[in-house]
Amino acid sequence: MTEQTPRLPVRTWLAVFSRLFAMQGAFNYETMVGNGIAFAMEPALRRLPGGPRGPAYAAALGRHSGYFNAHPYLAAVAVGALMRAELDGVPAAQIERFRVAAAGPLGSVGDRLVWAGWLPLCSSIALLAFGLGAAPVTVLLLFLGLYNVLHVGLRGWGLVVGWRHGLRVASALDAWILRRGPAHMGRATAFVAGVALPVAAHGIIGPGRALLGTVLGAVAVSAAIVTTLRGKAEGWQLAIVVLLGFTLYGVAR
Amino acid sequence: MITAELLPLAPFIVLGALLGLDVVAFPQAMISRPIVAATVAGALAGSPMSGLTIGVALEFFALEAMPFGSSRYPEWGSASVVGGVLFGRAEEGTAGAMAVAVLIALIAAGIGGTSMHLLRRLNAAVARKQQARIARGSGSAVTVVQLTGLTIDLVRAGMVTALILAVAVPLYDRILATFVLTPVISRAVVVGTASAVGLAAIWKVTQSTAGARWYLLTGLLVGFSIAWRVA
Repeated sequence: MTEQTPRLPVRTWLAVFSRLFAMQGAFNYETMVGNGIAFAMEPALRRLPGGPRGPAYAAALGRHSGYFNAHPYLAAVAVGALMRAELDGVPAAQIERFRVAAAGPLGSVGDRLVWAGWLPLCSSIALLAFGLGAAPVTVLLLFLGLYNVLHVGLRGWGLVVGWRHGLRVASALDAWILRRGPAHMGRATAFVAGVALPVAAHGIIGPGRALLGTVLGAVAVSAAIVTTLRGKAEGWQLAIVVLLGFTLYGVAR
Repeated sequence: MITAELLPLAPFIVLGALLGLDVVAFPQAMISRPIVAATVAGALAGSPMSGLTIGVALEFFALEAMPFGSSRYPEWGSASVVGGVLFGRAEEGTAGAMAVAVLIALIAAGIGGTSMHLLRRLNAAVARKQQARIARGSGSAVTVVQLTGLTIDLVRAGMVTALILAVAVPLYDRILATFVLTPVISRAVVVGTASAVGLAAIWKVTQSTAGARWYLLTGLLVGFSIAWRVA
């Protein structure tokens, strides 16, 4: 690998970055995001010796469209690192080893940080805003603004850090937010969701302490039942049964 | 006949298609989350506040489903549009409006989830068909696979929205015409069910983080005192 970072034109960067948002456009059970990785890298691979008709381009595309699984946002790290490796002429075997090694961590860290951390946290903040009487447009802007700061930021950061470090990107993945972020986010989510649930519930059912107390008491019992039944049925499926029964009762009564 | 019935629903079908696409394929900016999708659909139907209210109820359910890799989960984009349209069209204070709209949205989410599972299998078939060209290094084949996946997903979400709305709109009106329980009871049952699922989902999230359960319990105490004071 060359020590000096090679340069890519701005329009190539923009093309790669915008394609990252369609990473899962052809998501499937066989190659997962493999085709998305190749699709995102393709504008940069055109700069390989021989251009888009050359053998290096053909070999690289074939390599990268195979199986690859990672969190869709953190897949940007792999895209940046693999682009750099290909343009630096790193041997194919070394690139393959990186692809195998990177997929797991980029999946698990992203899942914990984003799906189990940031998304429910932003969701809980929006629920709390609703419960405190915020207008619809405020709730929407708050949720989308907050969520996408990390979303777009992760994709951009991942691409840059992957490109800068190439196949040695593992050291960059030791960043504080990836290492400690999920745990802190988990605690913050737990607290904010705890505050948001009763406040948002009150926002829907309206005034009346007796009704609020009854509903929240029922929520505690029902939540325990849903937790007990986990693995056998999901909450939203159980809710269909409950609401179907309630609707039939409301119509037949 | 069907076309004439669907025509007034066209803006919602387009919205459902676009928001369904956001769930996985593009751009995953979470505009498909119920709290956003139902509010926008409610606004299009003439009542953003009704959209937001049902969006909040559906958001509780959505907390349960984490879109991990190849796992199967409900599709909230088009389902939330369905819920937002139905509840947004109902006159305020209509008995059963919220419970029935949430019920239909949950069923739509399940159908949408199944359609995403089928889409992934279809995407695999498309990729297999292009495999030989991709192996030879064809950039256009990679693009074809990606754009085909995106297009099919857009069509899938639009079709799910259209089919559910075509069936649900007349059915919803019929059910509400015969529903006798008060709107307050309807809302209480929805909130009770949705909050229970949401709370169980957050409880599950806390299992992987040391001490998070205490944060949740503290938060619940704080939230309950706030709600109690304003109730």
